[in-house]
Amino acid sequence: MSTEGKANEVSAAAQDQEPNTSALAQVVTEKEDSAGGPIILFFILGLAASLVLGWVIFPKLLYSQKRQPIEFNHALHNELVDEGCESCHFFREDGTYSGVPTLAQCVDCHEEVNGEDPEEEKFVTQYVAKGREVPWLVYSRQPDCVFFSHAAHVKMANMDCVTCHGNIGESESLKVYQKNRISGYSRDIWGENIAGIKRNSWDRMKMDDCAECHQRNKVNQGSVQTHRGGCFVCHH
Amino acid sequence: MKIDRRSFLSFVIGGAAGTALSPLPWKLTDDIAIWSQNWPWTPIPERGATTFVKSTCTLCQGGCGINVRLVGDRVVKIEGLEGHPVNDGSVCNLGVAGTQLLYGPNRVKNPKKKVNGKWHDISWDDAIAEIAAKLKELREKELSHTVGCICGSDRGTVPELLNRFLRFYGSSNFMRIPSIQDNYELALYLTQGVRGMPGFDVGHSDFLLSFGSGLIEGWESPVYMFKAKSALRDNGGRMDQIEPRLSKTAAKSDKWIAIKPGTEGALALGIAHVIVKEGLYRRDFVDNHCSGFIQWKTTVLDGFSPETVSNMTGVDGEKIAALARNFARARNPLAICGRGAGQTPGSLQDFLAVHMLNALVGNINRAGGFVAVPEADYISWPEAEIDKTAARGLQQTRADGAGSKEYPHARYLLNRLPEVINSSQESPVQVLFISGANPAYSMPDAQSMSNALEKIPLVVSFSSYMDETAAHADMILPNHTYLERYEDVAVARGFPKPCIGLTRPVIEPLYNTRHVGDVIIQLAKEMGDLIAAAFPWDDYQVCLEETLEDKWDALVEEGFWVDAEYSGSDWTEAFETDSSKFEFSNQEIKALPGYNPVRAKGDESFYPLVLIPYETMRLASGYIGSPPFLVKSLEDTILKGNEVLVEVNPVTAKTLGLSKGKIATLTTPKGSYNVRVYLFDGIMPGVVAIVRGLGHTAYGKYLAGKGVNYNALSESVEDPATGLDASWGIRAKLSKA
Repeated sequence: MSTEGKANEVSAAAQDQEPNTSALAQVVTEKEDSAGGPIILFFILGLAASLVLGWVIFPKLLYSQKRQPIEFNHALHNELVDEGCESCHFFREDGTYSGVPTLAQCVDCHEEVNGEDPEEEKFVTQYVAKGREVPWLVYSRQPDCVFFSHAAHVKMANMDCVTCHGNIGESESLKVYQKNRISGYSRDIWGENIAGIKRNSWDRMKMDDCAECHQRNKVNQGSVQTHRGGCFVCHH
Repeated sequence: MKIDRRSFLSFVIGGAAGTALSPLPWKLTDDIAIWSQNWPWTPIPERGATTFVKSTCTLCQGGCGINVRLVGDRVVKIEGLEGHPVNDGSVCNLGVAGTQLLYGPNRVKNPKKKVNGKWHDISWDDAIAEIAAKLKELREKELSHTVGCICGSDRGTVPELLNRFLRFYGSSNFMRIPSIQDNYELALYLTQGVRGMPGFDVGHSDFLLSFGSGLIEGWESPVYMFKAKSALRDNGGRMDQIEPRLSKTAAKSDKWIAIKPGTEGALALGIAHVIVKEGLYRRDFVDNHCSGFIQWKTTVLDGFSPETVSNMTGVDGEKIAALARNFARARNPLAICGRGAGQTPGSLQDFLAVHMLNALVGNINRAGGFVAVPEADYISWPEAEIDKTAARGLQQTRADGAGSKEYPHARYLLNRLPEVINSSQESPVQVLFISGANPAYSMPDAQSMSNALEKIPLVVSFSSYMDETAAHADMILPNHTYLERYEDVAVARGFPKPCIGLTRPVIEPLYNTRHVGDVIIQLAKEMGDLIAAAFPWDDYQVCLEETLEDKWDALVEEGFWVDAEYSGSDWTEAFETDSSKFEFSNQEIKALPGYNPVRAKGDESFYPLVLIPYETMRLASGYIGSPPFLVKSLEDTILKGNEVLVEVNPVTAKTLGLSKGKIATLTTPKGSYNVRVYLFDGIMPGVVAIVRGLGHTAYGKYLAGKGVNYNALSESVEDPATGLDASWGIRAKLSKA
């Protein structure tokens, strides 16, 4: 056998092998066809399920829904008072902020039932008459380790209530209070948007939101006493 | 389609990717972080309007004004009252911790009666009726003099009501808890003829010579003394501390003079010797306003040369002379005494010796000196008729012997009572009332006091807290705490001006408690006849307002009343002795035994060491048990775990084979306890010390069982001059456990 003949032989063998190789490839492709689809499908399924869980189901599970004990109409009251929000949400003589009104402020007008509203009647009979404070659910209540001075922001920096609290003064009813089942605080602190995206300054009340405004306005970015970063200015 | 391992894994990976792209992990992390910051057991400050109530602290006899901050009706903080003459805005750590006493778990919530060793609740009416029945029975048997009362103070309307009740009932057995006040009052009376209280104008002095007084360890009115010491320093004054141990006060002094314990009075006489001999005394005062100087001078010159005193005290003779010259040459030198926080009366000879030093330099009733403060005179209740039974009872000698032929000087000798009771077949005290005092803890040889209390058929405690004495009582009629009641505070110890404070309710009483004053008035009414007639008030509130009269409005408005202009009477009018002068010597003083250092009890061969107590502001050592806030603040050189540390000089420790931190057994003639060794260069070789205020058996888990009570190891030493407890330490031995 000549060298050429040998070479041909090898080539022929190679040629013989070729269909074998492609047959193997075909088998592999076939195998991928039968299992590759489900793998991607399962990946997508897993992805979709967890996205639905994270974006839709989780927020629903995380918050419990609570109604306020009394349906309160801010808009109605706002028309009747002279000094806007501070008529009821006032500063005490020592400069501390009173927060949510207590019965002491309400009884001036609501010692007896004034109008037709069943909510008012409920308020007068169940709370005023019995001298019980209304257990209002406070949307903006911060954790106890947070110190916030209303006087510093409203009196000294002349900020408007709306900047942080929104147009609550114009609302005619109180929205559902969504209580975080883990932390126990209102949904309004993290914000309605579960991704934490906000459109208005009052949409969220997290530490970053405090910082954002302080950095933008370049005010009190550290401790007033030391002019350095001061954790304990707001946290205690 | 087959679901195999691969598809499952890919589902999981897809799930993980999706989760990471959803807000779930980030939001959960945030929420858990917030959750972990808000444990349910973390105390949360009250919300609401803040109000302040001005009142007076009664946790010691410092008489500090307090401003109590409330949120709603919850007490949240106790601050010092700005502008108060005693403490001007400052407050001590016990004062701050008062809220823990108010809300703490150790309150007595109902009147209680002990039946077969167990406490049962009882109604107020039944309790008062039962006590009245027992008191009536004793009167019928002509045993009215077997009723006694122990009080933390003898001034103010509540102690006076108790005293008045005893008097109209027919007993003179009113007793006050002993302290240096006993000797200071006596020294004042013997030399100046004045029944009053000592006042120390430390802040305006320029040389303070302290014979062991713990100026920053609770001596007299603690906060006033803290501030006065700072003022003295700010004014360029100096202070020298004479003490066997390097106390905090000694450490803060310009000079610490280590002295053999119990010989402080001798050093005072040695200093006097130098002043007299070198003619450094103030002649205009001594020549014109003193009597008996010549006689006293002879005693001092003959017996107390620096060499002699040096041998007695261990202080170098040259040092004594230098001390005397510095003291006499200062503009406003002031000598003070009463060891530590002044809980043990000490010996009269020491107080007289130190008081004479002030007289030598003429710094009496002057700015920066010693001021005699008259007793408050606002309590002037109408005299009433005493019935025959009471008159007979009042003629009997007191159970403690005070005022008898043997003990003519002392007004109260509570230290003698346990022995008198324990050594008699039947207790000479059949009924004992205890108010504002915890003698079962605070009296020397606490065990014998407890035994005596057990032997008395009816012990009535008015304690607001379940303390050691209440535990030994037969009935507890819990008083409102000082944050729940009105009461006048007639004493601010050591403060140089007459001052009255008003304690007032900051909140409504939390429990079924009742004011002692009301209980006494009710008890008097229950007794009927002349006793009832002597208590014409409807209740305590009426009594208090009527008593204070024109001062009431000022007290309600300001929280205190002070005679701000007072600076002691002029020398020509100050002395109410027979000679109308300051008397260095007179018949009564001459009758006292000569100077002889008081020795610690115990056999020297068996107990080679001497144990002395010391005080710290971080522990309450009087009738109140330390609240948790104080115990938490203790250094580990005082208490480690549940073991108290005993201060031992390294030299002593070496000879005893003891090393740092090791457990040792501390034994005195009164008992034996395990303690931990603390090597301290600031204590003399041969002397060891433990803190006062530990070793409680009451007051719950935050205090009970921690350390050793010094009083359980100590014993009273009768002062031959007065009968008061003159002990300053006790012999002890320390051995490997």
